[in-house]
Amino acid sequence: MAITHTLAEPTWWRIFSRNRASVAGAVVLVALFALAIFAPVFLRFEPGRINVGPSMAPPGLIHLMGTDELGRDVFSRATAGLSVSLMVGFGAATISTFLGIVVGGLAGFFGRRTDALLMRLTEVFQVIPRFFLAVLLVAFFGASILNILVTIAVLSWPEIARLVRGEFLSLRSRQFVDAARVAGASRMSLIFVEILPNALGPVVVNATLMVGQAMLLEAGLSYLGLGDPTKASLGQMLQEAQQIMRSAWWTTAFPGLLIFLCVLSLNLVGDGLTDILNPRSRER
Amino acid sequence: MPTASLLLYVGGRLAQAVPILFIIILINFALIHAAPGDPVDFLIGATEATPEYIESLRREFGLDQPLWVQLATYLSKIVQFDLGYSLRFREPVLSLILSRMPATLLLMGTALLFSSAVGILLGVIAARRPYSAGDYAATFVSLAGYSMPVFWLGQIMLIVFALHMAWFPTQGMYSLRAPSQGFGRILDVAHHLVLPAITYSFYHLALIYRLTRVKMQEVMALDFITTARAKGVAEGRVVYRHALRNAILPVVTVIGLNFGFMLAGSVLTETVFAWPGMGRLLYEAIGARDYPVLMGLFVVLSVMVICANVLTDVTYALIDPRVVYR
Repeated sequence: MAITHTLAEPTWWRIFSRNRASVAGAVVLVALFALAIFAPVFLRFEPGRINVGPSMAPPGLIHLMGTDELGRDVFSRATAGLSVSLMVGFGAATISTFLGIVVGGLAGFFGRRTDALLMRLTEVFQVIPRFFLAVLLVAFFGASILNILVTIAVLSWPEIARLVRGEFLSLRSRQFVDAARVAGASRMSLIFVEILPNALGPVVVNATLMVGQAMLLEAGLSYLGLGDPTKASLGQMLQEAQQIMRSAWWTTAFPGLLIFLCVLSLNLVGDGLTDILNPRSRER
Repeated sequence: MPTASLLLYVGGRLAQAVPILFIIILINFALIHAAPGDPVDFLIGATEATPEYIESLRREFGLDQPLWVQLATYLSKIVQFDLGYSLRFREPVLSLILSRMPATLLLMGTALLFSSAVGILLGVIAARRPYSAGDYAATFVSLAGYSMPVFWLGQIMLIVFALHMAWFPTQGMYSLRAPSQGFGRILDVAHHLVLPAITYSFYHLALIYRLTRVKMQEVMALDFITTARAKGVAEGRVVYRHALRNAILPVVTVIGLNFGFMLAGSVLTETVFAWPGMGRLLYEAIGARDYPVLMGLFVVLSVMVICANVLTDVTYALIDPRVVYR
């Protein structure tokens, strides 16, 4: 570890930027976001439009990622699919993080029976095979993008809940919380002003990793035929490619590569954020 | 450890699993009634059924009775191992699922053995030389391993090694022209097994490698390792006898507790390679919206996960002398 001459704690950006892989991850992530958001401005072909080129043309200057069997431009479709996948990933992770904070916070703050009850519920959710329950829910309620997003969110909160509960349990008896309590702070203000801000660090790291997990889960569901056909995600493209990938490898290689890059960069960013929180993981 | 207390422990753990199983059956029951549409459609699946069959199902499940009577009927059926009937496959759901189970277990077992052995070995090697170029490379590859969709990896493997190189068959579990029994049959199945098993191993290899590396580093910094070295124990013995034994416990737990994820990975891998296991069945059932099979698979897979959890606890108890049973 480098010897620092100042006693001040290094700023979070300096810690983060010391982990070069995390910086690379952040750069790739921003680039992918830019691609998903700004693609409609410069795209030469409409994403879902058929016969904009020959059928199954290999990648080239006109069709950067080739075309599929219906003559759709793979690059255009992939950028649209990327925004759907990112939306599901971030949407599901946001909702489930919120659910996790509520459940974990209640359990950790109130303790006793509330804690026992909520933790029992969390355990049950952790034992039930999540992927297959997601399959059932989407198959029964219909494969729309909203159903998929909500399903993933509803099944992913237990980790966050356990994490938040742990943080709340250790924070609620610290001196600064006691001080606020003695000074007459309400329960609400204890939870939201005193405890929650101090528990957010690990939650943010976990949420980052959860975005990637949610994207993989969505891709898996779509691949099994439970994707939303009207809003093709990257996973949905991989499912469609299964039939023609033998003669057109580009129909599977590029959409999958985009998922891979998203999840990989999210995981790398998560690593960097862990460094900020945990001095021990910085040693290298 | 005395056998009697172990049996008691296993029994206790199994008893704890009963409420979870009940909740799982309850989820199925709730889905049939909460999902938009006539409950009877979910008992049939999206297949044409005769009016007589529909009528007989309504009577069998008591669909004109109050809800709690229906639940009792449903529960008593499942307790008697009746998971319904698939019109599409023309077979009871349970026997259909059981007939697909061996293929899945073969794939999972092979992949798990391979990924545990290689992952633990690589983890130990990396932990002995932390922050070397090799360690960074292995860490990055393992990070890649669990950042990619397993079925995409399968598709790429299939294109490269089965289509372009033509080293392995593209799909299925056996070829039609190969011998149907004896050693030739085993070789044929093994040949078909290579690509799906490697694909499926990759994710677990990554996970096990990373975990072993972290745990080994933790253990290697402890005092008893210094003591062992100081009294002149050979380095190889220190690493593999003293340290690995302690580092491997959490690895065992993680393998066991990830069984649900492993099943999910198996389902996706089987779909890519048309491996005739439970995953392939799930895929076919989704395509046909065969709801009885989907619900049956959910029950069977959940039971497998619960068993894996119990088995993990017991294994842990057997290797770790510090665990005390109550």
